[in-house]
Amino acid sequence: MPAAPARSGGPAVRCLAAAAALLVAGTAQALELGGYLGLEARGFLHRPAFAGQRHDDLSLLARPELWHVTEDGRHTVAITPFLRADSADGRRSHFDLREALYLRAEDRWELRVGVDTVFWGAAESRHLVDVINQTDLVENVDGEDKLGQPMVALALKRDFGVVDLYLLPGFRERTFPGRRGRLRTDPVVDTDAARYESGAGRGHVDLAVRWSRTFGAFDVGLAHFMGTGREPTLLPTRDAAGGAVLVPRYEQVHQSSVDLQGATGAWLWKLEALHRSGQGSAHVAWVAGFEYTLARVAGTAMDLGLLAEHLLDGRGAGAPQRFENDLFLGARLALNDVHGSSLLAGVIHDLDGEGSVFSLEASRRVGERWRLELEALAFNGITSRDPLRALDRDDHVLLRLLRYF
Amino acid sequence: MASALLLACALLPGARAESPVEKGLAIATEMHRRDSGWGDQRADMVMILRNRQGQESRREIRVVTLEVADDGDKSLTIFDHPPDVKGTAFLSHTHPLMPDDQWLYLPALKRVKRIASVHKSGPFMGSEFAYEDLTSQEVEKYRYRWLRDEVLDGRETMVLERVPAYEHSGYTRQVVWVDRIMWQPLKVEYYDRKQTLLKTLELGEYRQYLDRYWRALRMHMRNHQTGKSTQLEWRDLAFRTGLDERDFDHSALRRVR
Repeated sequence: MPAAPARSGGPAVRCLAAAAALLVAGTAQALELGGYLGLEARGFLHRPAFAGQRHDDLSLLARPELWHVTEDGRHTVAITPFLRADSADGRRSHFDLREALYLRAEDRWELRVGVDTVFWGAAESRHLVDVINQTDLVENVDGEDKLGQPMVALALKRDFGVVDLYLLPGFRERTFPGRRGRLRTDPVVDTDAARYESGAGRGHVDLAVRWSRTFGAFDVGLAHFMGTGREPTLLPTRDAAGGAVLVPRYEQVHQSSVDLQGATGAWLWKLEALHRSGQGSAHVAWVAGFEYTLARVAGTAMDLGLLAEHLLDGRGAGAPQRFENDLFLGARLALNDVHGSSLLAGVIHDLDGEGSVFSLEASRRVGERWRLELEALAFNGITSRDPLRALDRDDHVLLRLLRYF
Repeated sequence: MASALLLACALLPGARAESPVEKGLAIATEMHRRDSGWGDQRADMVMILRNRQGQESRREIRVVTLEVADDGDKSLTIFDHPPDVKGTAFLSHTHPLMPDDQWLYLPALKRVKRIASVHKSGPFMGSEFAYEDLTSQEVEKYRYRWLRDEVLDGRETMVLERVPAYEHSGYTRQVVWVDRIMWQPLKVEYYDRKQTLLKTLELGEYRQYLDRYWRALRMHMRNHQTGKSTQLEWRDLAFRTGLDERDFDHSALRRVR
């Protein structure tokens, strides 16, 4: 398998991972098991744009979770490896430690040491302020899948809210599809040639702090991140063989952000906004919107959620992604049935007339231990100056069958 | 104090004729008074869902609850089965009249999401129990009316009608059979928005804890309109386990396993 091995940072990372593994081994007699094994098939609707790309692909997935919590609940060790083996794209085949963690939980503080995932944010269409973990882009272009991040994280629970302090050694590079992978940029991203603004390269230690608090029906978070930006600038250049490639460049950035979610009656309010400097000129970006829920719609047990979000990125057309001024509209149907069936359909429409992305996600349980998921993505009228213009030929349908432990 | 007076009136023979509304409120107030002071509670629950054809589906959850004076209780529910939702957690801060604050924790993304309060009328994990059937029953949540006294399966009961006073309920009214000895419900009928009988809940296998608090270890909810039913069994109840407000903060969801 010509996989790009996940680069799990420097010695500090390996040390933490080893410590977590030891702890896990020490409590092996009382381990709990979770997670899944899966099979995923993807079929593309159009002829490939580039030589070597396939019409379809098949992946094997494994995400076992092992953990132990002591009787008093104060100590937790957990390890969650993730593996994808893909038939078409060696870059999409990859291994990652999603979690290799020791957690100490006391009444007024919590300490996390090891590899973990941290989620910040509220919005549906884009995970804007979520900066601790790198995006595992080969998993899904929606940016929801993340690589495990080595960290020492301290949470202080005080009357004025929760303060989270993060020390983040060992930078993780974003994953990108390879030359033969679908859903790739044109030209392809050469992940072997990543550049860093910091002389320390991947060894730069990043810092972050977050304050969060609930005010009645609203949850508010304020955060600041300083260190290696998770979103690379993609520089057009030539590789050793003279072919055109994009090289990821990771800058040192400062990012301040606010995230807010609130619930009033049938309405859910969502806001994420950030100010980032260090990557070209400083800019602001936001996602703001709502979800309106129609409960027990049409006399059934189903809930229908109607979503709308506005996405703005102050970098405009220079943004290394396509959310410079877009509108997301979506509908979420929860059947509330015994199979836990749900459906989410949405469109992200560029308000400056540069195309739309349609998405559909549906899933239901099959029996007690299986789950079937369907996803579809379609791109329409992506203009030639969009960094993701090559995606126009990558409309696809995906079927995933997962067997849970 | 006012409710204590009402109660005194209800129990004093020869007191002025009490209206059914006053008597209903007095009974609900006494039920709440007798069930106050337990502090916190941990329990495991198994649910068996049955459809019209008799096919079964199993749910296993853990619930920890904190009693909150002068407000609704707080509860944290962790899903253990089926395995695809293992580790999912539901946190609820209930309020007598204000909408409850509710969060859902999704372990795959380690994401904490707010849930709209309209969801209280929705089915809990695909079962015949709605969220609102399982949350704390504060006195202020309903308007009451005493209907009659009745013997139910050999037990003396007081029959109350209660009408939800909170928003977004799926019911127009409920009829509750309250046991005269335990001051706990033995049966509840739920009427939907069209005023037709939707569900019947039967509660049984009552056990007493801390020499005072009665808990039904078995509940059975039957949906008359769909023919589906849900059997719910509580296990390993423990009280006063040392939980406090911080265990029910939304940041506590991040350490759930």
